Amino acid sequence: MDNGIGAILDRYPRGDCGFLIPILQEVHGSQGYLSPRAVDAIAVFTGVSPGEIFGVASFYAQFRFTRPGRHTLKVCLGTACHVRGGDRLLDFLERQLKIKPGETTPDGLFSLERVACIGCCALAPVVVMDEKVHARMTAVKAQRLQKKYGA
Amino acid sequence: MSMHTLDAIRETACREWQALEQDTRPRVLVGAATCGRAAGALPVIEALRTMQAKEGLDIVMTEVGCLGLCCVEPVMCVLKPGQPAILYGNVTPPVAVEIARRWLLESDPCPDRVLATLNGQRMDGLPRFDELPMVQGQVRLILRNCGVIDPTSFHHYLARGGYLGLEHALRMAPEDVIEQVKVAGLRGRGGAGFPTWFKWQLARRAQGDTKYVIANADEGDPGAFMNRSLLEGDPHSMLEGLTIAGYAIGAGQGYVYARAEYPLAVQRLRNAIGQMREAGLLGRDILGSAFAFDIDVREGAGAFVCGEETALIASLEGHRGMPRSRPPFPAQAGLRGQPTIINNVETLAAVSHVLRDGPDRYAGVGAAAARGTKTFSLAGKVQRTGLIEVPLGATLRQIIFDIGGGVPEGRTFKAVQTGGPSGGCIPASLLDTPVEYESLQAAGSIMGSGGLVVLDDRNCAVDIAHYFLSFTQEESCGKCPPCRAGTRRMLDILERIKAGEGTLADLERLETLAQAVKDGSLCGLGQTAPNPVLSTLRYFRDEYLAHIAEGRCPAAVCRALITYEITEDCNGCTLCVLVCPTNAITGKKKEMHAIDPTLCVRCGACIDSCNLDAILVH
Repeated sequence: MDNGIGAILDRYPRGDCGFLIPILQEVHGSQGYLSPRAVDAIAVFTGVSPGEIFGVASFYAQFRFTRPGRHTLKVCLGTACHVRGGDRLLDFLERQLKIKPGETTPDGLFSLERVACIGCCALAPVVVMDEKVHARMTAVKAQRLQKKYGA
Repeated sequence: MSMHTLDAIRETACREWQALEQDTRPRVLVGAATCGRAAGALPVIEALRTMQAKEGLDIVMTEVGCLGLCCVEPVMCVLKPGQPAILYGNVTPPVAVEIARRWLLESDPCPDRVLATLNGQRMDGLPRFDELPMVQGQVRLILRNCGVIDPTSFHHYLARGGYLGLEHALRMAPEDVIEQVKVAGLRGRGGAGFPTWFKWQLARRAQGDTKYVIANADEGDPGAFMNRSLLEGDPHSMLEGLTIAGYAIGAGQGYVYARAEYPLAVQRLRNAIGQMREAGLLGRDILGSAFAFDIDVREGAGAFVCGEETALIASLEGHRGMPRSRPPFPAQAGLRGQPTIINNVETLAAVSHVLRDGPDRYAGVGAAAARGTKTFSLAGKVQRTGLIEVPLGATLRQIIFDIGGGVPEGRTFKAVQTGGPSGGCIPASLLDTPVEYESLQAAGSIMGSGGLVVLDDRNCAVDIAHYFLSFTQEESCGKCPPCRAGTRRMLDILERIKAGEGTLADLERLETLAQAVKDGSLCGLGQTAPNPVLSTLRYFRDEYLAHIAEGRCPAAVCRALITYEITEDCNGCTLCVLVCPTNAITGKKKEMHAIDPTLCVRCGACIDSCNLDAILVH
């Protein structure tokens, strides 16, 4: 019924707001996003109001509030990636997928995100498809990647 | 558990390590940190395993951390019994199998694929690891285990002298531990360079029911990956330092605040903490002393400002990560109002070293004003990118040209960006600046946590300033109006200049705003956010002027000021047509193509795709 949120909450002490962020992270990890229902359940459990939870969650880049696509493509925009064309790569992917960062394609296949830096600077520019890091990206390689995952 | 029990475990660990070194089976070590994996290390391991199964070859395979030679990853070390250990670079699955076959089954070491021999051993015609240009000039204290040990093995760490530092510390009074750190001259490696001992002493003397120590592993500077590599390659070295810090100030609980963007580092940390608990290095009566301590990992949720101490504490308490004014300093009233120290990952790894080998040895490395070593991630437009460790006082020229090999062929060096969004760009004329806290500050930048991004003539100073400012503008927590609104206004001006619509008065306005943001911000983020703008204005003012007065971007980067053109070198292969997202390129197969400038968005996809360098930007 609650998509496993109850099982996650059971592992934390009730009413302790110090665990708010780890709880949000675990729920986010299992559901892919923070739904209003999940936030309500967390609010009841931690004693922090839903408004405040949204306030905290929206502060951090990690949390999203809409359902993600089947694949999440993150474009790294760290310094090394920037000087090697990461911003141009993002621009290219925005046009390819016809969405902006933070959005999901209408077919629900891809979500596009930007990430501040994943620390693979020596292999810049990089993108992360789901969990896998792809190094030394070019527009051509990105196009191939999109085809591979879009199939 | 008692010291005696750890001695017994260490003895076993050393025996195992020795047995490993004398193993009659060949061993293969593959660098499989995040960077190695991104370069394709896992398929290499897979291919070797398949070969092993098929050909009945008995190889001991170990995944190790990063040796720092990122530019030639994936990297593989092959140890054939009775032969020098050989390091290979740019290894693909077929190459790995070929090397295994020709070197392990036959006697051809495949010299054309060899980077170097390891462990000081020599083989005719091959360079030794310490003779590689990238390694000469490095002093690997912090990184000594990275790429050498299995980072998931507690015994490997012990066999290499791990936790001797903690043993030494627990035999001393906490005040003496602080004294050792003082004698070593250790200063915070997170960037500000605050003397570590001083922070500890403040917390030691502060009154509190409970005290906390926090490892700041929220490596937020874009372009920096030193801490990630260390945590992935040798997690115990930092955890040992954190435990020593806990003992020194009298803390009962430690936290590691790690970036969620570093999943492998978080996994390695959790694994290592489990091993510490199991061995009795956490919990009550650690090593027979009265010291009780535990460590918990908390993942950061993606906010750059949480690298600031008070913001980090707010985040750990479950709030928005917004800094507060100091005093009181965290060492007096930090997490949950209790005395708290926050140290950078590298600082804590250095603590293990200082307590293990003694402060004199550490202080013997480096410069007078800055003792010890510093790790740097070398990236951007440099031939040999990677993770390096140099004695403080080495010059930027030594780092970028001797170690890094300079900028790629055909390009010229423009500047090196140090200190991330809080730092600045240092031009060629200051390449002989020694890397020390004060000298870098005098050059208009900061030491920072260790990101070094090299820029060449194809990088635009205005664009770099704009990049960093858009980063800090986005990451500003919004508490202080000068930072929140001031960085926005500065960014607007930079956007105008990039678009060729700037005026000379804009430059003055930028400088006035920069000063206001510096003066009116509570935390380091705002106080240093204008640095990238100010340093580029200081050293590359002519470039700003070219944008403003001539409507020209000399580096051909700012999109509003450049055009793409296809040259006669085009052979009509149509690759660029296929990749162009706006269908701006037309032309028949095998005939020269043309770009319609009204449709072209200057995304660079065609340049990436062209094998003939037939697309010009001006």
